[in-house]
Amino acid sequence: MVHGELWTVKELFVYPNEYIYWTIQIVMYPFMTGLVAGAFVLSSLYHVFNVKQLKEIARFSLVFSFALLPTAMLPLMFHLLQPQRGIEVMLTPHFTSAIAAFGIVFSTYGMIVASELWFVYRKHFVESALALRQIGDRTFSQHIRHLLFSALTLGAMDISEHALEKDEKAVKVLAGIGIPVACFLHGYAGFIFGSVKANALWMTPLMPVIFICSAVVSGIALCLLTYIVAMELRKLLFSWKRKQRPLYTSADELKSTEVLTVTMTAKYLVMFMVLAISLELLDLIFRGYTAVKSWDILRSVIYGRDFINIFVIQYGLGNLVPFVLFLLPRLTIRRAVAGTILMLLGVFMMRWNVVIGGQAFSSSFAGFMHYHLPIWPETMETYREGLFGALTVVAIPFVLFWFLDKIMPVFRKGAD
Amino acid sequence: MRNHVWRPLYVALGIVVLVLIVRTLVVPKDFGVHERGYMYGWHRKSDEQFWKAVKVKYKTSEYCKDCHRDKYDDIRNSPHARIMCENCHGPALSHPDDPPTLTIDQSRELCVRCHLYLPYQTSGRGKIRGIDPETHHPEVECTLCHWPHNPTREAKK
Amino acid sequence: MISRRNFCKKSMLLVGGVALPLAAFELFNPKKLMADKSDEAKVRWVFLVDTNKCTGCGFCVRACKIENETPYDANVSRTWVERYVLTRDGMTYIDSPKAARDGFKTSKIDQGEGKFKEIKGEEIDKAFFVPKLCNQCENPPCVQVCPVGATYQTADGVVLVDRSWCIGCGYCIMGCPYGVRFFHPVYHVAEKCNFCYHRISRGMKTACVDACPFDARKIGNIKDPNDPVTRIIMTERVNILKEEYGTKPQVFYLGLTKEVK
Repeated sequence: MVHGELWTVKELFVYPNEYIYWTIQIVMYPFMTGLVAGAFVLSSLYHVFNVKQLKEIARFSLVFSFALLPTAMLPLMFHLLQPQRGIEVMLTPHFTSAIAAFGIVFSTYGMIVASELWFVYRKHFVESALALRQIGDRTFSQHIRHLLFSALTLGAMDISEHALEKDEKAVKVLAGIGIPVACFLHGYAGFIFGSVKANALWMTPLMPVIFICSAVVSGIALCLLTYIVAMELRKLLFSWKRKQRPLYTSADELKSTEVLTVTMTAKYLVMFMVLAISLELLDLIFRGYTAVKSWDILRSVIYGRDFINIFVIQYGLGNLVPFVLFLLPRLTIRRAVAGTILMLLGVFMMRWNVVIGGQAFSSSFAGFMHYHLPIWPETMETYREGLFGALTVVAIPFVLFWFLDKIMPVFRKGAD
Repeated sequence: MRNHVWRPLYVALGIVVLVLIVRTLVVPKDFGVHERGYMYGWHRKSDEQFWKAVKVKYKTSEYCKDCHRDKYDDIRNSPHARIMCENCHGPALSHPDDPPTLTIDQSRELCVRCHLYLPYQTSGRGKIRGIDPETHHPEVECTLCHWPHNPTREAKK
Repeated sequence: MISRRNFCKKSMLLVGGVALPLAAFELFNPKKLMADKSDEAKVRWVFLVDTNKCTGCGFCVRACKIENETPYDANVSRTWVERYVLTRDGMTYIDSPKAARDGFKTSKIDQGEGKFKEIKGEEIDKAFFVPKLCNQCENPPCVQVCPVGATYQTADGVVLVDRSWCIGCGYCIMGCPYGVRFFHPVYHVAEKCNFCYHRISRGMKTACVDACPFDARKIGNIKDPNDPVTRIIMTERVNILKEEYGTKPQVFYLGLTKEVK
């Protein structure tokens, strides 16, 4: 079986070499980088624009955005037929290709987020390193932690008011520079699709902008959702511990989910969603109106085969329902959770409908291809380009976040 | 104390330098912009040599002519003139060294490629005399009655 | 006397500072770029397909597979033949069973998913065969989108793939409007017709041109005015596929009509 033959079913006339080559991992990649971009924009809204109510979620989304970064590389590693050669994008980049921008954009963005995190947590690094240095007889794990935190200080041990002020200014600058870079990180992904003239569905100048807007939506939605879940979990844990030991007091200042934070974040969420959907509908209307050569087959894909995926799931459940949920007065935490989950579904379906939908018709315009996502990972191929590969990609950022939280605590007192 | 704000930038520059050093070690020396410019000619030049050095399998009928002159002449003076020997006998490769003999494909599938009659008048296909392989002696090989080298002749027994 | 600290710092800066422009220079060597414009290649390969003559025998596909070591049983091929049957009621039926590597074994049209369309002879308005292969475009979109420089165009116009450098991202396959590219089932890198570069560089013809018993395929050098292929392209009415994409394909067709996809 050639690569792609396993999950492609051809109907009518499809060119012999045509299969669905860009599958679930290519759907996951823009989804993950979108989350990265969105999380960063959310964090920057606090640092740059001083939206005070976002302070809590800002720190969280910054760390989470850093956990998402290496995760974003994973779908690409799974997709490439020669992943060990992936580094060539950094070594011999061919900049006439949008994908070559990956090397530069990714590294730049990674360095900006890492630097910003460094400035935010430098005080914590210094304090931890000094505290560990005090301990005379260090255990092995303490020794490792001492080395780690000392290295992370990069030798800048001054935590006076003056030095911390400089840190804050640096964070502002980085957050400011980071917003356009985050937009570029996702905009270039949109350009990858929008510039392929051979694909009638992908080819549109609107693609980069649509991708950026829906990326911001997904990022904010995920951060909001994870923030709510995390706060509620902590509350549960605390009350459980309290039950066990009635005199238990925690040094943590325990707060529950701040409704004000949620409401404010939801406002931005709705704004970007309206922008994203306007552009998508504009693209659709233009295609139908101008009715060029590809319109016949595109129409049968958009209004026929993919009708449920596009209009019911993506626009209906993924956009319209959350829109109503967030706009109804007196937003509750429960409604916010439902809304964010549906929005994430909507953004995911948008990526799916673009990537898979664009390969649902043949370049001959005289045939169709059906995609059957491999469910059970029988071989490496069906793992990597199947459901389990996608699930791995979804799970990794949370695992990474758990580890990062140990060095750069988000909820505990050290995080200020 | 010197401004510590620049330290992350130094780390970043260090990484860039590392990538550039790896580049000089890993990237082949002849990788660069060649004749067709950066957009169309960005490649490792020695790869062109790789493709030029691929082994030739089909030698064309002119190669067969020297040793198999009789068969060559037979087919050249028949309606099958333009069919190259290797279409039915497989690629010559280094014959007669390797392989010492070539296969003789006597299957119906081979002849049916052209001689399944298709009523396509706007194509050369419609002009080829053909049969319906399902009804025209489906149990035997075509070569039982037809001599492939010169179909105007009776099959050699 | 320079302190150890200062020495380390200064030498690191020196290495970094020198590495950067040197690397950049390698990417954009002005001398090389200038040479590209003035260097006129003496050969530019072009291909001519006569769809009036093609009978759909599929010998070209078989020869190509064997010559270029594409696994015979794999459902991919560097070249293929399409069959078009236009019926009285205005329908167009197109198929290419297994890329026509065994010819067209039945008059029934293969519609995929195990379905076959039977068409009676009297219902047919027109029917013909169209061989397809890589067009070795003058503006190849597949080369433009390769992120690492694994696919490229030679001075004589043939687009090749560096099997040792391709990362298997598939962008070139998505970028080709003609659907000629695929992933090689054994080497797991991008693959496509390369005009049998090993044969034409030796003065031979491509395997498909040699295999065709009906003169439906021809290869030539457009820079040579005495080349028979060049003469036909210059004097007869030829067409190209999907001109609207601006790729400037170099495979010319005689008898190419509007139905051809």
